[in-house]
Amino acid sequence: MSGADAAQATEWPLFEVFVRPKAGLEHKHCGSLHAADAAMAVQLAREVYTRRQEGVSLWVVKSSDVTASDPGDRDMYFDPMADKVYRHPSFYVLPQAVDHL
Amino acid sequence: MNAVASVDLQLTPTLSYLLRPADTALIHAQRLTEWCGHGPVLEEDIALSNMALDLLGQARALLAHAATVATVAGQAGQAGQACAGLDEDQLAFLRDEGQFLNFTLAELPLRKPGAHSSAPASGGDFADTVLRNFLLATWFKALWTRAVQSTDSELAGIAAKALKEARYHQQHAGDWVVRLGDGTAESARRMQAALQRAWPYTTELFAHDAVDEAAVASGLGPARRDLQADWQRDVDNTLAAAQLQAPAATPFISTGSTGLHSEHLGHVLAEMQFLQRRFPGGRW
Repeated sequence: MSGADAAQATEWPLFEVFVRPKAGLEHKHCGSLHAADAAMAVQLAREVYTRRQEGVSLWVVKSSDVTASDPGDRDMYFDPMADKVYRHPSFYVLPQAVDHL
Repeated sequence: MNAVASVDLQLTPTLSYLLRPADTALIHAQRLTEWCGHGPVLEEDIALSNMALDLLGQARALLAHAATVATVAGQAGQAGQACAGLDEDQLAFLRDEGQFLNFTLAELPLRKPGAHSSAPASGGDFADTVLRNFLLATWFKALWTRAVQSTDSELAGIAAKALKEARYHQQHAGDWVVRLGDGTAESARRMQAALQRAWPYTTELFAHDAVDEAAVASGLGPARRDLQADWQRDVDNTLAAAQLQAPAATPFISTGSTGLHSEHLGHVLAEMQFLQRRFPGGRW
């Protein structure tokens, strides 16, 4: 049995936790926890991540359901953007009314 | 070493009515706190401590209110004499066992040191903890649901805040009862054994006496027996989902709510009250 399989046999699966700090704002990733299933993960997320009134809504996602970019691809994925400043919308003059955009 | 005198209350029906949930919440919190740092998993450890803190907050609010009621009654009874004001700390830390009116169920041992890895013959099983938490949270939920209509605006306010907490405690603990009751053969056996141990002590939750009578008459709050239908419905639903059998009723009625306790409360108080009795008025 590999290390990962052994851990699977004795540990609950890992969940990623997302908290919405207040109505209107997006859910933000804030950490992860172990739980037997999604329903328990929501309850435990409430205990672990919102006990100081950090949020009004919770999402949990099984960590194994997250598909991530490969760290080995970092240079080809992200470095080419370093010299493309024209992709930032910073060359427009915004009217006062949308100053906080 | 200075001896510090115990607080000796004149237990009026109103005071007793407030002290029953206050002391049940306080002692239940004290028992749950024993899990701090020993929970089966980190997340549940935090959850148990969070719930204990909720209960401590409820106890504190109720004891502060009871202290005010006791002080006013004391001043009326001793006209002309100076009557020192009481506060919630004095009620929690300087009352003797016979004046604690918590349900016996709340004071029974939950956990034995070092016993969390295997199930001892009685107590010390995590099943006892989740079950007691569920049974008491369901009782508190039934109480607070009705106490929001109390003629005592202070009690009504405490009830409105505590109701939200009790609903969550019930959901969290009830979830565990279902998971363990409807889990493996081993977890089901241990959950049923815990139910067998706790069940005789639930009769007291719905006993009826002069304190309940007076509270109904004054509009202070519901009688315990009027909470039974709500409690029974919630408990039956959860036990059915958990595939657990409610044990048969027994003639035994525990008497913690009248001040007659099991041998366990003295030990809880010895630990809880030690600092204030050794260092009176000590603060952080």
